[in-house]
Amino acid sequence: MATDAVIVKRSAGRRLAGFFNGRPRLQIGSLLAAPMAWLVILYLGSLVVLLITAFWTVDPLSGSVIKELSWQNFEELVNVPVYREIVWRTVRTAALVTITDALIAFPIAFYMAKVAGRKTKAALVVAVLMPLWASYLVKIIAWRAILAEHGVLNWALEPIGLHGPGTGVASVWLVMSYLWLPYMILPIFAGLERIPDSLIAASEDLGAHPFTTFRKVILPLSFPAVVAGSIFTFSLTLGDYLAPKLVSNEQFIGTSIFDSITNNQPFAAAFALVPIVVVIAYLGVARKLGAFEHV
Amino acid sequence: MRLSRRGKILLRAAVALALAFIYIPLLVIVVEAFNSSRILKWPPPGFTFSWFGKAFESDSAREALVTSIEAGVVAMLIAITLGTLIALAVGRRRFFGRDTISFLVVLPIALPGIVTGVALSNTFTQVLGISLSLMTVIVGHATFCIVVVYNNVVARLRRTSGSFEEASADLGADPWQTFRWVTFPSLRSALGAGALLAFALSFDEIIVTNFTIGAGEETLPIWIYHNLFRPKELPVVPAVAVILIILSIIPVYLAHRLSSDDAGLTPGRGGGAAPTAAPAAIAEAEATAAH
Repeated sequence: MATDAVIVKRSAGRRLAGFFNGRPRLQIGSLLAAPMAWLVILYLGSLVVLLITAFWTVDPLSGSVIKELSWQNFEELVNVPVYREIVWRTVRTAALVTITDALIAFPIAFYMAKVAGRKTKAALVVAVLMPLWASYLVKIIAWRAILAEHGVLNWALEPIGLHGPGTGVASVWLVMSYLWLPYMILPIFAGLERIPDSLIAASEDLGAHPFTTFRKVILPLSFPAVVAGSIFTFSLTLGDYLAPKLVSNEQFIGTSIFDSITNNQPFAAAFALVPIVVVIAYLGVARKLGAFEHV
Repeated sequence: MRLSRRGKILLRAAVALALAFIYIPLLVIVVEAFNSSRILKWPPPGFTFSWFGKAFESDSAREALVTSIEAGVVAMLIAITLGTLIALAVGRRRFFGRDTISFLVVLPIALPGIVTGVALSNTFTQVLGISLSLMTVIVGHATFCIVVVYNNVVARLRRTSGSFEEASADLGADPWQTFRWVTFPSLRSALGAGALLAFALSFDEIIVTNFTIGAGEETLPIWIYHNLFRPKELPVVPAVAVILIILSIIPVYLAHRLSSDDAGLTPGRGGGAAPTAAPAAIAEAEATAAH
């Protein structure tokens, strides 16, 4: 009878608990239902729609979308020299940005990881991370002020008779290198931190010149971290459209997509697949080089 | 590592150059905000505070700020709900497809922002027939904010034991009581940090926003973007930018305090991130970066 009383008092919550108890799939299902509906139906669904839209076309006369599958957009991308040049220019810039960032990032990451004292190291980590929090757009605007005709760069270069890159590709290269630099410093720093000091000491004790230690010990061990950082710098450059739009007159993949979205959405969709394909290819190479042990 | 005197000097010089490269542009925009001239000329002919006054007086800027806060708060609430649910499933249970789910959560921030932007705008306008508005912006923001909440909560769950929850259940608590009195208190600061990061990410976002926003509406980054092309408003932009830089320090500082014991502090695309534990930070840095 006492048992009966307890059963009567069972709250709704406890009855629910009893129902879920021993039904782990139901538990997981009810936790994941809403988030999966959002991510799978809305987000993955959108990506699938993007893929399908890429095969649609726009009626040149009425401007309305013709929802029939055709290779037209892709043929245009491959056959029209302007688009080939845009893709090539973007990939080239992404590669240059990656190399530039690696060259700037390695010394400071090395100093942070292996030379600086504890306090300096902590201060440098903060110094490198802080700009990540400053608005992305604000940073681009700062570079507009630097690169403008009467801006900081031309003012600084004038006495030595030089002139800045103006609105050329080099401006995009500078701004992108600036925007993504912290994403290169951090993985390299983490990779260098993981190299035991004893390995470096052993190399030194065996009489290696610091340069030899660097070339034969440090560089091979930290190279995968550099590749890991390059994933960020490369793919971020590939997909960006605001930096090229705001500091340059040249067309890049991102700006072309942005410009065609209003009057030719199917073509924009097809063009948006280009960075995805290039990034996937790059990830494949990075995996071979061991980058994923470092991300 | 033992370095020669010359090696050390060279290395220090390289560090100084890198830091100069990182901070000079931020200094330039600060100086520009006080530039008394309407046009961009370096060095500035004189200095003034008037652009800050104009920035505070600008109705459109204030409206854009309100819009940004609205979008950020709603996107943050959605991201907290969805991100926590996923974290509870992934962090506390084993099931088939668990790795796929963690991959799926990162995807919106791992793919270039332009891809997410085009895909969502395309689905809204071509398939669902919804016209773009603040709501579509919020949907976009929530999608890539889920990951920052998820990362923070799942990191916390990994460090706390599930045995407390089992003890609570054994002692007769129902699931809601267990969540309210055991799970939630242990997650509170991680949720706070995740929420701040999600808000900060949304507040700063422009890449996806540009593709999903309705014609008449402006978030603060979109307001800045539009005003770059309006000569009359242009001189106010650096002042707003400086205010934004100062404002961005607040959530970062708070999030850092909330999760200083976690590795979970990271930025999103274009946005920030910042942990003391660099490796974890980097993984999350991706998030910020992608946009």
